[in-house]
Amino acid sequence: MTTHAPVLEIRDLHVDFRLATGTVHAVRGVSLTAHAGETLAVVGESGSGKSATMLAALRLNPEPPCAYPGGEILLDGRDLLALPEKRLREVRGNDVAMVFQDPMTSLDPLQRVGNQVAEVLRRHRGATRAGARTEAVRALAEVGIPDPELRARQYPHELSGGLRQRVMIATALVGRPRVLIADEPTTALDVTVQRQILDLLADLRARHGMAVVLVTHDLGVVAETADRVVVMNAGRVVEHGTVAEVFEAPRRQYTRDLLAATPRLEPTS
Amino acid sequence: MTVVRNRLALVALGVLALLVIAAVFSPLLAPDDPAKQQLLARLEPPAWEGGGSLAHPLGTDQLGRDVLSRVIYGSRVSLLVGIGAALLAGVVGAVCGLFAGFRGGWPDRVLMRFADIQLAFPSLLLALVIVGFLGSGLWNVVLVLGFTGWVAYARVVRSEVLSLRTRDYVTQARATGVTDLTIMRRHLLPNVLPHLATIATLHIAAAIVAEASLSYLGLGVPKETVTWGSMLADGQLYLGTSWWVAVFPGLALMLTSLAINITGDALRDVADPKAYRR
Amino acid sequence: MTTARTRTPAKTPLLELDGLSKEFTGPGASRTIAVDDVTLTVAEGETLALVGESGSGKTTLTRLLLGLLDPTAGTVRFDGQDLAGLSPAELRAIRAGMQVVLQDPYSSMNPRMKVTDIVAEPLVTHDAAYRGRRARTRLRERVGELLESVGLSARLQDRYPHEFSGGQRQRISIARALAPAPRLVVLDEPTSALDVSVQSQVLDLLVELQRQHGLTYVFVSHNLAVVRQIADRVAVLRYGKVVECGETAAVLGAPRHPYTRELLAAAPRPDAYRTRTGTSTSTSTSTSTGTSGG
Repeated sequence: MTTHAPVLEIRDLHVDFRLATGTVHAVRGVSLTAHAGETLAVVGESGSGKSATMLAALRLNPEPPCAYPGGEILLDGRDLLALPEKRLREVRGNDVAMVFQDPMTSLDPLQRVGNQVAEVLRRHRGATRAGARTEAVRALAEVGIPDPELRARQYPHELSGGLRQRVMIATALVGRPRVLIADEPTTALDVTVQRQILDLLADLRARHGMAVVLVTHDLGVVAETADRVVVMNAGRVVEHGTVAEVFEAPRRQYTRDLLAATPRLEPTS
Repeated sequence: MTVVRNRLALVALGVLALLVIAAVFSPLLAPDDPAKQQLLARLEPPAWEGGGSLAHPLGTDQLGRDVLSRVIYGSRVSLLVGIGAALLAGVVGAVCGLFAGFRGGWPDRVLMRFADIQLAFPSLLLALVIVGFLGSGLWNVVLVLGFTGWVAYARVVRSEVLSLRTRDYVTQARATGVTDLTIMRRHLLPNVLPHLATIATLHIAAAIVAEASLSYLGLGVPKETVTWGSMLADGQLYLGTSWWVAVFPGLALMLTSLAINITGDALRDVADPKAYRR
Repeated sequence: MTTARTRTPAKTPLLELDGLSKEFTGPGASRTIAVDDVTLTVAEGETLALVGESGSGKTTLTRLLLGLLDPTAGTVRFDGQDLAGLSPAELRAIRAGMQVVLQDPYSSMNPRMKVTDIVAEPLVTHDAAYRGRRARTRLRERVGELLESVGLSARLQDRYPHEFSGGQRQRISIARALAPAPRLVVLDEPTSALDVSVQSQVLDLLVELQRQHGLTYVFVSHNLAVVRQIADRVAVLRYGKVVECGETAAVLGAPRHPYTRELLAAAPRPDAYRTRTGTSTSTSTSTSTGTSGG
């Protein structure tokens, strides 16, 4: 695959949640890099710290209770952990964008979807109202939404799950981010729709040369889309490598168990 | 923040405890017979005012009756009416709400239309009409205030049940063959109870005030029974010259309703297990 | 991991669905046909998988066969008895024989009930011997046995659901379903909310319990790989209709209906990286995982 410079680099990141009942070390020294034009899959089961790590990349974990006792999150060499909140807002949605699992809860139910896409443009690009609107319709068309003019005027509840997730991706993409973090983007979707969304992400990545970080628990999805894989367990990276390396010759027992537990369509030989 | 709220709730709880003690042990606590008239000692000011005496710490009214004793005895009616009305309304409202929400269909439509009609009617006016029919009296007041208050319970229970009945554990219970009545009792009622408790506290406070209003208008309990409402009505005439006749029962009324509301808020926080854990 | 089973199912049908349809009337007299003329039989001791995506009518179908919804047309026969011909009391009684495990291990339990009472609910409902204060010891003993049969400790009885993980909760759900010694268990996406490692444990448990008790399963799923692992036969649903039904190996190995083929093609495969990285073309038709970066 492509060998570009790393866009996002996480070095020895620690994430703590300081709760009344005690401190939870959710992430314990995670390092990973995402390169332009490639898909990095972050794999793990619930409680592995994969979501906390990726939310940290945008400093979206609520602080407090979240704290970052150590590590660096470098976006083009700039440490996001050292940035003040005001500067972070410029990074979010602009340099790094995020797509979440449930498009129903991440879209505003009372706003037309076109406006939600346009809002990102107006905030980050200072676009005019009319300019942002046409750009939003273009973005909806780009993510493969049929009849984008009509759809832009609809509300989230009028769209199917797959279309809503496309809207989310459009919202993430209008800011032309260099890193797109997708946290379980297809988990709530039907398989046929999942396939379309994964194809779309691959297509957009190729077209815009973004780095895509795909957070998932599904090794099938990883095998279908990723170039490199990071396997997480209990807040640590237990294995990393290219897809072929990790799937063909996993070095850790945990990865082997995970592969063995994954149900397969064809009988394993 | 929670500490402050808890402390406030504790104070409110203390006030309520005092109220209950006052109501239960009125004869022991009151320094005087609340009905005893002393025409020579009319409109005596409280002890700390000039001309007051410790014989009547909060002064006397226009018939020379001891205000403190009357406030203490008045708490009996207030509590009885408040709790009685809330219990009555709560039971009627919860049963209606449970059935309407769980069964749906025409019973639901009929009950809810009826509730709408009743809500469209000013409740005090309704109470006046019913008291006019039934005649005044303590239990009639309880009946009237209970009857005018059930709608709030029924609506909240119904809307809560509407969301609960699609919960998987209700489906599961139905699939297991559990009867509707048991589902309502075992799975629905315990989950709406905290909401009921919250409305009940609001309702108790409102009923106490409503009873006072009815008594103030002379339509509540008979004249012989001491109530804060009738005391207010009496004292109103002397507000310019002898403020204590009306202010002390008013203060008691206000403190009680405030304490009940604060307790209700605290109760809701504790009753919601998820909010509690956070 | 369990292997595909080749056991031939017994001849007697335990569950028969005949021309089953369900139509819902929405706001403004709009009509949706959720289940459309479905005819299926499930033999005693076998596992039939119902496969479909959202809107396929699989949830409505399970509610119909459990007698929780009344069909617009057609019949459901359980052990030869037409559910529609039963009185409410008879229907409740027959439900001891058909239990259900639902998908979401978090909403399938009353948060205010202890595990004992959750698992005991079917027992108390169907067996007078477990009712009342004096039956308490016997009840706790039985619940303890049930918990142990699903791999949990009997001592967990006095805990509340929120003290358990998703996988543990699903085991409690299974224990509850087994309590009245049912013949049929409807498993409505029982593992789709679980982590893969937990999922495979729960699937193994289900297979083991089926072997022990001779249970009949109706297994609802959208995951064909899971279905391959557990089902004897598969019925593929789309828009309320059964588009294809047959032996699991046959349906998944040589699908006849285009929709089944579409589902199979869309399912992510853990070995897909081979075709992808071997030659740099993507497995899908619409996209090329391009080498041209930005």
